[in-house]
Amino acid sequence: MNTRKIFAIVRKDLKVASQNKGVLLPLIIVPLIFFVVLPWLVSLVPSLVNIAGVSANNLNDIQGLINRMPTGFQLELAGYDNNQILIVFFLVYMMAPFFLIIPLMVASTIAADSFAGEKERKTLEALLYTPTTDRELFIAKLLSGWLAAIAVALVGFVLYVVMANAAAWSQMRHIFFPNAMWLVLIFWVVPALPGLGLGVMVLVSARAQGFQDAYQLGSLVVLPVLLLVFGQVSGVMYFNVGVVLLMGLVIWLLDGLLIYLGSRSFQRNRLLGA
Amino acid sequence: MNTPVITINKLSRHFKETIALNSLSLEVGAGEIFGFLGHNGAGKTTTVRLLNGVIEPTSGSMCVLGLDPQVDGPALRARTGVLTETPSLDERLTAWDNLSIYADLYGVPKASIRPRIQELLTEFELVDRAVERVSGFSKGMKQRLALARALLHKPELLFLDEPTSGLDPLAAHHVNDLVERLARREGCTVFLCTHNLVEAQKLCDRVAILEHGRLVALGTPAELTRQYVRRLGVEMEVSEEQVPAALSVMRGLPDMVLGEAAQPNGALVVTINKHESIPDVLACLVQNHVRVYRLAAQEANLEQVYFTLHEEKEGVQ
Repeated sequence: MNTRKIFAIVRKDLKVASQNKGVLLPLIIVPLIFFVVLPWLVSLVPSLVNIAGVSANNLNDIQGLINRMPTGFQLELAGYDNNQILIVFFLVYMMAPFFLIIPLMVASTIAADSFAGEKERKTLEALLYTPTTDRELFIAKLLSGWLAAIAVALVGFVLYVVMANAAAWSQMRHIFFPNAMWLVLIFWVVPALPGLGLGVMVLVSARAQGFQDAYQLGSLVVLPVLLLVFGQVSGVMYFNVGVVLLMGLVIWLLDGLLIYLGSRSFQRNRLLGA
Repeated sequence: MNTPVITINKLSRHFKETIALNSLSLEVGAGEIFGFLGHNGAGKTTTVRLLNGVIEPTSGSMCVLGLDPQVDGPALRARTGVLTETPSLDERLTAWDNLSIYADLYGVPKASIRPRIQELLTEFELVDRAVERVSGFSKGMKQRLALARALLHKPELLFLDEPTSGLDPLAAHHVNDLVERLARREGCTVFLCTHNLVEAQKLCDRVAILEHGRLVALGTPAELTRQYVRRLGVEMEVSEEQVPAALSVMRGLPDMVLGEAAQPNGALVVTINKHESIPDVLACLVQNHVRVYRLAAQEANLEQVYFTLHEEKEGVQ
């Protein structure tokens, strides 16, 4: 395995992707909304509720929702007043599944540009004539999406930590974020998620005509994450350390399966539409 | 022919129902400029892909630079350079980035990358545009940059697929000079896929002609013209008052002289059915007291070979 060749392809893919507004803009705008705008808006909720003349203490709906949550979750909120519960509920628990969308989206976008986009731009053939092995090419293509996704997620996480604590400081008066569940999420689940997007995109790109085609088909991979969001909102499940550890394990196993299937289809002989 | 660097034995490649290459056998010698001619879809690009281990053959075997492309693909591709039919450049990157990334991929020593890129960009007159995005380049500039990329690692064997396509005559001349220099001075073997028969005639030591995946002719341009060009233009000069007599004599030789003679610029131009008929035509004219001052066979070229073969094929069909 020649790492120089692998990183040359990674460099190429990331440079090419960074020159494409269609790829770059969603990668900037969506994380900004999730990591900067949303925490700021959520921190305003208690004040907005008070402006509307309704005390947060009377928000029976929220209290009802929290009452339906598992006991473990209610224990974690013990000692907080209702304003603080609102903030912790939204910024810590509701945002956790949303956060999973980011690495998936980044990996899928970069992979669509790298796999299907390369075919569309007719740049794949020159790459296939280089002295790289099929495995080096495959790993390089995966790595481009993986590194970009993890980088965006980590930068986003740091931003989110700063924004969440800063925006909620007037209510919380201490650094309440991240908690143990988020740390497991960031260092166990987030690194696994790009594999899901990449694995699906490798399989989709084999049949896709171009970047848009692959991007649209590959975006379906976000659906399971949306189910997690609904599960969390409806109280069917809630993210705690155990759930997140298990979720990470399942995703890593799925990664393994998808990447195994992808590597079997990623052969020079098949890539030129032969 | 020198020691073969490419040996192909009964090589075939099928794509579902289509036979892209049908039992191709040939050898290419070291340092040779080998022309690979054929119409679109004749199997030229498929052959280049097979010879570089990019696709697998359906049957047959090949040996390139002593290696089997299917087994030693990466090692082989480190020693070959390929200019693809489309330049296949990353248009969102600069010329310099395109070259530096491929220098890493081809394993050019780190310390040599910068001077090598500089040298190639100067050679191909792109040095002033090095940091511009390729998307703003003309077709000819892209073609030159793609050729520079193929030469980055100083390959022993160079595959060129239509290297002068899209180039203006001056740039095409420059590329042809470079190809000759690479082969004659630096010993690089060149496998030249082209439609340009004039270019092939001028550059190539030997040529192969493909028709629907089958090899239909192989040899030096001179051998092929002797073998395949049966109709030959012959220009002759007779005294002006004897032109009607000469025409009358030649009309009596329908097996040797085809059609009516033309008289552009006062000279007679006749089409002879084969090279061997020239002495007989001349003998008949002399026997009929026609004084012939000059007789010159027009030089046959690959273009005529190509069209003769094509007509034969059409005739068979």
